[in-house]
Amino acid sequence: MSGKKSLGRFFTENAVVIIFLLITIAAIPPSGFSIQYIVQEMITRLGRNSFLVLALLLPIYAGMGLNFGMTLGAMSGQIGLILAINFNVTGVEGLVFAALVGTPISVLMGYVCGAVLNKAKGREMVTGYILAFFINGIYQFLVLYMMGSVIPIRSPAILLSRGYGIRNTLNLEGVRQSLDNALLLRLGPFTVPIATALVIVALCVFVVWFKKTKLGQDMRAVGHDMAVAEAAGVPVDRTRIIAIIISTVLACYGQIIFLQNMGNMATYNAHDQTSFFAVAAILVGGASVKKATIPNVFIGVILLHVLFVVTPRAGQNLFGSAMIGEYFRQFIGYGVIALSLVLYAWRARKDAARAREGLRGAAA
Amino acid sequence: MGQDSPLLSIEHVSKEFYGNVVLHDVSFDLKAGEILGLVGENGAGKTTLMRILFGMPVIAETGGYKGRVLIDGAEVRFSSPFDALDAGIGMVHQEFSLIPGFSTTENIVLNRESMRPTFLNEVFGDRMSVLDRPDMRRRAEGAIAKLGVKLDPDMLVSEMPVGHKQFTEIAREINREKTRVLVLDEPTAVLTESEAEVLLVALRNLAKQGIAIIFISHRLHEVVAVADRIVVLRDGVAVKDTPASGVSVRDIASWMVGRSVQTDRVTEGEERSFGEEFLIVEHLWVDMPGETVRDVNLSVRKGEIFGIGGLAGQGKLGIPNGIMGLFPAGGSVSFHGKEAPLNDPRRVLEMGMAFVSEDRRGVGLLLDESLEWNIAFTAMQIQGGYLKPLLGGLLKLRDEAGMRKLTEEYVATLDIKCTSPAQKAKELSGGNQQKVCLAKAFALKPDLLFVSEPTRGIDVGAKKLVLDTLHKYNRDYGTTIVMVSSELEELRSICDRIAIVDEGRIAGILPPSAELAEFGLLMSGEKAEEAKEAGRA
Repeated sequence: MSGKKSLGRFFTENAVVIIFLLITIAAIPPSGFSIQYIVQEMITRLGRNSFLVLALLLPIYAGMGLNFGMTLGAMSGQIGLILAINFNVTGVEGLVFAALVGTPISVLMGYVCGAVLNKAKGREMVTGYILAFFINGIYQFLVLYMMGSVIPIRSPAILLSRGYGIRNTLNLEGVRQSLDNALLLRLGPFTVPIATALVIVALCVFVVWFKKTKLGQDMRAVGHDMAVAEAAGVPVDRTRIIAIIISTVLACYGQIIFLQNMGNMATYNAHDQTSFFAVAAILVGGASVKKATIPNVFIGVILLHVLFVVTPRAGQNLFGSAMIGEYFRQFIGYGVIALSLVLYAWRARKDAARAREGLRGAAA
Repeated sequence: MGQDSPLLSIEHVSKEFYGNVVLHDVSFDLKAGEILGLVGENGAGKTTLMRILFGMPVIAETGGYKGRVLIDGAEVRFSSPFDALDAGIGMVHQEFSLIPGFSTTENIVLNRESMRPTFLNEVFGDRMSVLDRPDMRRRAEGAIAKLGVKLDPDMLVSEMPVGHKQFTEIAREINREKTRVLVLDEPTAVLTESEAEVLLVALRNLAKQGIAIIFISHRLHEVVAVADRIVVLRDGVAVKDTPASGVSVRDIASWMVGRSVQTDRVTEGEERSFGEEFLIVEHLWVDMPGETVRDVNLSVRKGEIFGIGGLAGQGKLGIPNGIMGLFPAGGSVSFHGKEAPLNDPRRVLEMGMAFVSEDRRGVGLLLDESLEWNIAFTAMQIQGGYLKPLLGGLLKLRDEAGMRKLTEEYVATLDIKCTSPAQKAKELSGGNQQKVCLAKAFALKPDLLFVSEPTRGIDVGAKKLVLDTLHKYNRDYGTTIVMVSSELEELRSICDRIAIVDEGRIAGILPPSAELAEFGLLMSGEKAEEAKEAGRA
């Protein structure tokens, strides 16, 4: 009987992963893609997206939910890349340059974001989401009006024809896949970008190590119970700000890695859905608002992107329109976020009821 | 260790909140290795005294306190709990302040973890040190051993039985090297009897090692068993400071509740006769946070005023809230011989029960609406009163004139002080708001009225008026009243029978003329069995 119960619990706890796995498996045959193609595509996309998704972990540990404010970091990274193109710093040096420019900006952005979220305890996610829209306005003002007029831009090729403001689409020729191609390994039919993989592994090691530090322990304490942590003398607000700063800086680096792989950048839209896809990925991987692990990140990236790869083609083959697949991609992304948030709230209520079971009489 | 000079002295401490005296000239000493039992009813000033001792900011915010607190003969004035901790005062609170997802060890050394420095310390400071888990565990085990109990250092707090949580909390306080005074506020309230027994042994262990302990409990037999000295607070005054040897539970109980002023029974000499038992409650449980009802059996006779008393947090408030369907409840309630549905406020109201909630501003009133609305609201919703049919009953309109007449009637009879019946409820004083709540319930013409803490937070004059109103209503209309109150005197002044609730159960039912000590004993869960017999007789 308890076995049946624990099986039931396993399903409710992993409902999102299981549903996603089923949809994905069902969509593979109609797409007509070979497994080999899908695997290669996954290797590429793991390299492209994992770093961004990993950036979400620390705020979850600190009990701040999914950091939709990571978009701020993505914007910082983009400013770094624009300047790298401007000064024509190419290759891996270009990426390092972009990261160096992006770091102080994202630290500042992270601080602002953390301070705002501290004023909105318990509503971090929606606050972060709206804050990202607000900062987007500042980013556009900076990039569209200040660059080329107040901020000197040397390379006229990246400016709009009117003489100031950055072009809508930026060609990242100089840094395109420079990290990915820095160290390529051919493994049978597959090519593996070892340098990118190493950067991601290094970040994972950092996260694991970080959890063992005093700061990591404080973050967990704050995440579990702010009031108790405060009473024990843990500087709660400061700890939360640090969690957001680290997440924002990581998002900045993550966006740089993402864009170097893509090879071009939609100056005004590239960051729009950064947080959205990262959040969808980590949720698909089985994380919740309160709990996330490194395996959640990789499982999530793989599942979400297999679906992204196969649905347009499956839509084409089944319904004669790739747009159907594109539609599913959006629909499923938002659906997953909604579903896992609802499941989380539902589960939290059930847990609360279970915790109080002992207080309810035998008559129940 | 100077056994003779006191470690901690409280000298002439007084404290008032906005002119309301809660502590008056309290003094006592505490020696190293001594266990002091501090007892008193709710509101006697125990919590305030401990807040002063612990430097809670709320004390300074409300104007500080008079008198002195001395440690080792030197005066201290803490501005925050952290100062108190530094001075060696540890406190174990009533509610657990543990992190459920952390292990015993992690909780015991919370924010005092052992650390090993790393290269990043130079740049980012101490917080980048790595935790030294083996050492943390060693320290936690040390604290557990000092306490003399069995605790698994690796178990998660969320998976522990309550008793272990309490031990973890105490272990955390004694893990501080400096802790010399340990304050335990109702540490046994959530424990089973055997767990409490282990805890008392552990406390004696600690005392032997030179730690002074202030033990606050309403379980008097525990106080007698463990304390070296007993201080009794009543209405903010330390009425008794005596060595524990030779003191009986009954003595403490009478010191605790004894008032110098005698109650004037309104019903003195009156012959009362009641109808059949028309509310029968069996095995009621109510999941009301902080006021859990576990297993309540009682019956109320038609026409009587039935009092329910007991200490805060024991579940007395849960009884009316559960029967009226405001919190999840189970068991069986029968009214007029019919089964009353639980968890369904509307049906219960329709059956002729009404409820004046203790949560006046939350549940009781529509704060932003007029008195007319407030008073007629429930009658309108439940009985369809004060509504005029229009177009053959297709639409119903409010009967404004009727509502006004009703309100004016109650404003006059209850002497509600207001500018007009259209005044907003939130603009009235607490006492008048309470009268509005009563009027709202009376407007339903209930057979049975639950009144919960009817005099909480209102001044003395208004209190009397509210009680008189209840009394009069009962006599004039024969309405049965079940009154829940923390104030024993109030219950004794108008009730025909008084049930005392302890740990979610009825500890006993007494006539209002019973001795104060009897009530005190029931409230502290003493001799519940014996009293139950007496109540039946």
